[in-house]
Amino acid sequence: MLIKLTGGKVYDPAHQVDGKVTDIYIRDGRIVEGQHDGEKIDEEYDLRGKIVMAGAIDMHTHIGGGKVNIARMMLPEDHRGDLVAHTEHCRAGCGHAAPSTLTTGYRYAEMGYTAGFEPAMMPVNARQTHLEMGDTPIIDKGGYAMLGSDDFFLRMLTAKQDQNAINDYVAWTLHASQAIGIKVVNPGGINAFKFNQRALDLDELNTHYQVSPRDVLKALSRAVHELGVPHPLHVHGNNLGVPGNMETTLKTMGASEGFPMHLTHIQFHSYGTEGDRKFSSGAAAIAEALNKHKNISADVGQILFGQTVTASGDNMRQFANAGHGSPKKSVIMDIECDAGCGVVPFKYKDQNFVNALQWAIGLEIFLLMEDPWRIFLTTDHPNGAPFTSYPHLIRLLMDKSFRNDTFAKLNLDAQAMSTLSSIDREYSLYEIAIMTRAGAAKLVGLHDRGHLGVGAGADITVYTDQPDREAMFAKPDYVFKDGELVVRNGQVVKVTWGSTHTVRPEFDRGIEKDLKKYFDRYHTINMENFKVRDDEIAEGGRGKVIIQACEGRREKSE
Amino acid sequence: MQSSGKSQTDSNSTIHEHVACPACGLLCDDLTVSRNASGILEVSPNTCARSVQFFQRPLVDTSPRIADKSSTLQEAIAKAAEILKKANQPLIAGLGTEVQGMRAVMQLADRTGATLDHMNSYSTLRNTLVVQNSGWMVTTLTEVRNRVDLLLIIGTDIVSYNPRFFERTIWNSETMFDQDTSKREVVYLGGRGLDTSQGISPAGVKPTVLECDIEQLPDVTAALRALIAGKQLQADSVADIPVAELAKLAERLQAAKYSVVTWISSAFDFPYAELTVQNITETVIKLNEKTRASGLPLGGSEGDYSVNQTSTWISGYPVRNSLQRGFPEYDPWQFDAERMLDNGETDALLWISCFQPEKTPPASAAPTIVIGHAAMQFEHEPDVFIPVGTPGLDHAGTMFRIDSSVTLPLAGLRKSALPSLAAVIDAIEAATQLD
Ligand code: SF4
Ligand SMILES: [Zn+2]
Repeated sequence: MLIKLTGGKVYDPAHQVDGKVTDIYIRDGRIVEGQHDGEKIDEEYDLRGKIVMAGAIDMHTHIGGGKVNIARMMLPEDHRGDLVAHTEHCRAGCGHAAPSTLTTGYRYAEMGYTAGFEPAMMPVNARQTHLEMGDTPIIDKGGYAMLGSDDFFLRMLTAKQDQNAINDYVAWTLHASQAIGIKVVNPGGINAFKFNQRALDLDELNTHYQVSPRDVLKALSRAVHELGVPHPLHVHGNNLGVPGNMETTLKTMGASEGFPMHLTHIQFHSYGTEGDRKFSSGAAAIAEALNKHKNISADVGQILFGQTVTASGDNMRQFANAGHGSPKKSVIMDIECDAGCGVVPFKYKDQNFVNALQWAIGLEIFLLMEDPWRIFLTTDHPNGAPFTSYPHLIRLLMDKSFRNDTFAKLNLDAQAMSTLSSIDREYSLYEIAIMTRAGAAKLVGLHDRGHLGVGAGADITVYTDQPDREAMFAKPDYVFKDGELVVRNGQVVKVTWGSTHTVRPEFDRGIEKDLKKYFDRYHTINMENFKVRDDEIAEGGRGKVIIQACEGRREKSE
Repeated sequence: MQSSGKSQTDSNSTIHEHVACPACGLLCDDLTVSRNASGILEVSPNTCARSVQFFQRPLVDTSPRIADKSSTLQEAIAKAAEILKKANQPLIAGLGTEVQGMRAVMQLADRTGATLDHMNSYSTLRNTLVVQNSGWMVTTLTEVRNRVDLLLIIGTDIVSYNPRFFERTIWNSETMFDQDTSKREVVYLGGRGLDTSQGISPAGVKPTVLECDIEQLPDVTAALRALIAGKQLQADSVADIPVAELAKLAERLQAAKYSVVTWISSAFDFPYAELTVQNITETVIKLNEKTRASGLPLGGSEGDYSVNQTSTWISGYPVRNSLQRGFPEYDPWQFDAERMLDNGETDALLWISCFQPEKTPPASAAPTIVIGHAAMQFEHEPDVFIPVGTPGLDHAGTMFRIDSSVTLPLAGLRKSALPSLAAVIDAIEAATQLD
């Protein structure tokens, strides 16, 4: 089966293609050079005048696992506003802040996204996370396994076990939980909360383990790097949401001692304490530091106004924030000596000083960050806003007058505290393609996605070039997933099951001896049952497990 | 590395290790199951009466029946599909199944516009409504096993529902933080004549027992909540419990470093029990202003938690919900299966019970299909009966533990010709699409 996409304007930053008119050929789900001699074209799409990009990749979106399902269960009133009836191709569900799994897959695809990564998969909860992602159709998915507050790891740090042993444990976790990366949330803080600590700064000690977040970051960022895992340690820092936390964030950038690190939803970590209300934008300093630290990348976690729900592993901070919830309810959990979670519904209001400034801070960071390869477009779905608001966010980045008009309607005190309207930058299509495709694929380690080169998986999105970028990105003309047409005119026309991306770095299995002892003595489940098997993910024809290569594995450290 | 051992999936082998037991919400996975010469499964060494009964039930060989007459599986599937297709308001209830079974059921419900209710909804909703109204702070079994210093049990002995709870999570010999578990304190609050013997510590320390009628728990939990919030109570006693005793309990909770307050919603057999659950959970939240405390809902059976979780991620709603109008709707009152059956609001009942043969459908005038345990016996023979295997015995599956953060694989432990619920439901769904 050969498909030809003819005459589209292609944006493929991985190959420095910036709007060049190019034909693309797809054979059996992959992009190929062209026709064989005498081969006939089975399907041809006339894309003259259209914009062509790889399928978009959301590198940080809470789409599955315990806390997401708690959010769904907690919010019947939110579902009621966006109930989705079944159609010829799609099953029923619900949307908005905590959409059902099926609806999540359909809506991502309908926006031209072909992959999404769950960033806070607790290893002990990995099976549930994969079950939910397994019910999320069309898009590819994967998860970052959460470490850093788990007692096994903290015991290793306290015992000053050598880096090689830590690397083995990190690798074991990646295998057992079928993850593609490692995430740390409030490093050591989820654990400290169990010992009744209510805050933890970068160099503050966990009272029981006598280790600091800095120790955690150093050990984990190095482990991920030495194992050759493409995705750098994914860091949700300490002190989320706390005024003045920009200092923690600036210090955190140095904590990995040069190893690559990704700082997630950095907007929530970029607050100063200036002004009458002791809350100000730290965006300029944060962006400057990001520009300087080439080993650091970040996604923004933009907030947008309206009802949403915050769902996080950071139960320490979520407990502190629970009083601000709207509607006022929250679920806070300690979980299995592994981690924890906190779910708090939240409504961001444009006339609220703090919320309006948060909105501006996020955009300031986007616009002041020079290198689009190291900054990523997220709302930390659903924490800052539901992922369905991405087209709106793209317009804010690409359209200065639209941005300034929106800004002018916000809380006046917040406007006075922001430099946003003085920033002229408008993102180009090429830069959007970097942030949402090429850069994201590179960051996550998806070697055959996010680009349109020969050999890539044929995940392709086609848009009509429109001055209203929100309208343009909301409704692609065509979306191909692995070479199959799944969306036409912004509507699902075929439901497929995407794959699950993982990494499996080599490691010394001797670590299982310690782990087995730990499980047998302290845990309530057996170590063997902790591991998620391939057939549990790929059951019933729901897609397959793809193992992405860990290139550049480093020799073990002395 | 990725396989959890041959014994988990190979039904030919006669010994299976680290087997998970789906007979109650604890989902203990430290069982070894062996098959004796006559094909009976024996559990060791970590057993309880409930698991023994579950695993040792012999495999029955039953064929499907249509109107009490033996039929082929295909015929029974076709007949079931015909009944569902004809129905305007089908109801799928019982729902004694696990994740894979519920996934299939959700798809059939979408196709046929069915309403969904679990046989334990009356109980699970007492917790669900609290999560939806105010939320809660809760913990999980491994945390309890390693951290609890004061266990407060409200209105139950726990062991009639979760037999191995104390053995596994309270009197365990070791903890991660070198706690002497025999010093853990146990308090029973509410209920009368409970079996509190398992609350006696290995060192022989007896638990505190504060008795009252179960119906008085709303007053007692409200009083404890008020005391924790620092309010003075005017009365000397609440439901026969001296306020001084409650005040002492409040002090102990405030002094504890990691107290755990547990309850079992199905034991709260009185009206508006969710308000009592809320008294408990709000007490826990209040305690957390100064120290750490957590709730721990226990109980769980017939896959109730697995069904709720699966339904929630697929439709957005836990049971009771309905797809009758083409999109999901949630209404704990309207979609109550018993109420709908009593009022004639349904014109076909599909009843599912894969774990327990005793869980038969309520009497109903509606045409009835039962898909369930092969040993089921009926007072009123259903229009169609399709025996299926039990997950964790006859075929593999996935189950949620009561604390909902842990899901475990269930193994197929013996050779069985019985199909899985998911396979039968998928076939029925396919048949409803034929003209
Ligand atoms: S306590 Fe419950 S899960 Fe554990 S063995 Fe007994 S019945 Fe099974
Ligand atoms: Zn996040």
